[in-house]
Amino acid sequence: MSMKLLMGNEAIARGAIEAGLNFAAAYPGTPSSEIIGTLAEWAEEFEYYVEWSVNEKVALEVAAGAAYAGAYSLVAMKQVGLNVASDPLMSLAYIGIKGALVVVVADDPGPHSSQTEQDTRTFAKFAKLPVFDPSSPEEALMMTKDAFELSHRYGIPVFLRPTTRVCHATAGIRFSAVEKNQPEGFVKDSKWVIFPRLSYVRHQWLEEQQLKLSREFDSNRWNYIQSGKKIGILAGGVSVLYVREAAAILGIQPAILKIGNPYPLPTGKISEFLDQVEEVVVVEELDPVLEEGLIAVAGQKGFTGKIHGKISGLLPRAGEYSIALIKKVLANILGMPDSEEITPESGNEKAPDLPVRPPVLCAGCSHRASFYAVKRATKNANAIYTGDIGCYTLGNAPPLSMVDTCLCMGAGVTIAQGLKRVEPDRPIFAFIGDSTFFHTGIPGIINAVYNNHPVKIVILDNSTTAMTGHQPHPGTGKKAAGTAGEIIDPVQVVKACGVKFVETTNPLDLKSAEAVIRRAMEFQGPAAIVMRAPCANTFKPVRRFRIDREICSDCGRCLRELGCPAFYREDSGVKAALQIGPACHGCGLCSQICPLGAIKAE
Amino acid sequence: MADKLDILIAGVGGQGTVLASRVLAQAALNNGLLARTAETIGMAQREGSVQSHVRIGMPDFGPLIPEYGADVLLGFEPAEAQRACRLIKPSGFGLVNIHPVRPVTVTLGTSPYPLEEIQQYLCALPVKILFINAFELATVAGNFRTINSVMLGALSSTGLLPVKAADIKDVLLEMLPERVRGVNDRAFELGKEALR
Repeated sequence: MSMKLLMGNEAIARGAIEAGLNFAAAYPGTPSSEIIGTLAEWAEEFEYYVEWSVNEKVALEVAAGAAYAGAYSLVAMKQVGLNVASDPLMSLAYIGIKGALVVVVADDPGPHSSQTEQDTRTFAKFAKLPVFDPSSPEEALMMTKDAFELSHRYGIPVFLRPTTRVCHATAGIRFSAVEKNQPEGFVKDSKWVIFPRLSYVRHQWLEEQQLKLSREFDSNRWNYIQSGKKIGILAGGVSVLYVREAAAILGIQPAILKIGNPYPLPTGKISEFLDQVEEVVVVEELDPVLEEGLIAVAGQKGFTGKIHGKISGLLPRAGEYSIALIKKVLANILGMPDSEEITPESGNEKAPDLPVRPPVLCAGCSHRASFYAVKRATKNANAIYTGDIGCYTLGNAPPLSMVDTCLCMGAGVTIAQGLKRVEPDRPIFAFIGDSTFFHTGIPGIINAVYNNHPVKIVILDNSTTAMTGHQPHPGTGKKAAGTAGEIIDPVQVVKACGVKFVETTNPLDLKSAEAVIRRAMEFQGPAAIVMRAPCANTFKPVRRFRIDREICSDCGRCLRELGCPAFYREDSGVKAALQIGPACHGCGLCSQICPLGAIKAE
Repeated sequence: MADKLDILIAGVGGQGTVLASRVLAQAALNNGLLARTAETIGMAQREGSVQSHVRIGMPDFGPLIPEYGADVLLGFEPAEAQRACRLIKPSGFGLVNIHPVRPVTVTLGTSPYPLEEIQQYLCALPVKILFINAFELATVAGNFRTINSVMLGALSSTGLLPVKAADIKDVLLEMLPERVRGVNDRAFELGKEALR
């Protein structure tokens, strides 16, 4: 059978199934989302339970509960999701689990699609939990299986920490047989109830496991030395592959210690490596986790060679690594010229300036209409607009310029309240998406009511988790595997939180939307407006708009105000007439602001 | 036809670069070759610059093509082709869709789009560059969104790939939902004939 091309995230899903998965939960977040998405697709064929939970803390807790009953359980999230899930995680390290619990946390060096470049290996060290750090989709599959086995044997949660270039890379994968795990069931025991006295005992136990794990990692298949010449390279994750390719391009054969378990570090293996080399380069993206570990071992055993890495200032802590960077660093250390290759640009005249192409709200996006309606209703009001995490963060771009702050999930609603106390005379609008509302928005809304912060909360309800790939959420009534669930209406939730002004409007009807916003502004107290219109990517357009050239005066107002990507001019000269291209999704917002009525539905 | 081939696909989010790279990689796997890819997924997909890397026959390396390492540049869009040309080998080959996707920054007048200069710049590279109007061919096929199938068809007719055109088309159609297979089949064939 030929190999099937799988994304790293799909390979992780497959690995979990082969390991005997019973239970999986997650909240979506790039680059981790496809793990549960894939498990949801395959759920019918294999017998496990899969859900989109409302946030990462909930996901980890439900997955832990399943593992308490003996299930082989998986929870997935992006690195910042682990911040949300950190409360249960820290205690769970002490309490432990039955069955197995694999915590997949996808890191995002770059970052490509994240608020921070935090390193989950550092988090694992803090939580004292073991980590598998794959370099490729193939390894991700095998490590997932090993992580389940290790978790079961030690009775503790185990991290799998892929990065973007593993999650969103693909490779040919061969499938193996699927194991079955029959959960034994929950057995009552005082060990499941955390009390300070138990915590002390379990802390001691957890420290003992660190040593056992470190010894085990000295000899497992994920931490190995590839022998070579005097210079040694210690590397982990996708950086190992960059090191191999850079070395091949330079024509050198360094000794390479590949670390697949960055915590607890296989210090015995590192010591063995130091015996074989004269100097070491440590190559790892983000935090110097391997480097600090190596320096400690080197210090203990009196290694006198040079140690190059982030601490020596040679390699950066921020951003993604590349073959070019590593090639340059190695050439520099070895005193080789970083061969000035003949490049395609050599001898060419200066390259023309390229267009800036930032990601933008899609044509027909209802968020554009929501932002625009609020912008119009608050014109000259000196308002502040707090934003949140999702597609609608893109509302910060001109010409809308409607996101003044963005911090983390749920913070739009709460940052707004602090701002309001200090700036009581300025209207403060907090934008939050529907999925984010369920994730961490609700406590902030209760706080606004309880402490009477008169902020105006705009819930952008497009009936999906759009940014991460259209996952369902509690407001949609659809569940991960496609079956129907309860629909939880944000309107009812906000009312139940005690908000006295709650109105729903369709943002694509600009006049009504503006009127609702004005009423909300006049209301004395916290107010909520639910802007409800489906994500343009979830339905086919039923109409398109075009500009009637007979009527259009080419004033450019539609484009200047809305910045919709469906508008274009035939060439970059300003004289060419403005047109609406085939990307138009038929929202009709532009037709509502044309002073001449020149924009019409086809 | 080489057994080792690095293909860099550059385009704009929404043009179908991810599908194109997956098709090439799966077709290579079906022919017993190793293959891996890396794609831009996430925020940049909203009309931003995107690149897909396809590496055929590279066993121990990562999914990203090193600088000046790509044998083939498949440019779905001229400005994005220029943006990606740091990745192509001097002895490489480029196939570029000449139809621009003007970002809203250009329409708003805050960013330039010197199409002719870009075209001239690409032509002046020591790389063999062929231009194709994939947008027009996709429109002829029945849907402007089939640019990726046109580009795959055109690339498969160059003789550079270690996989037959028919195999690539089979994988492409298999990966697509049934209702759009017809239009993509036509688009692929139009692309294949275009360079003749």
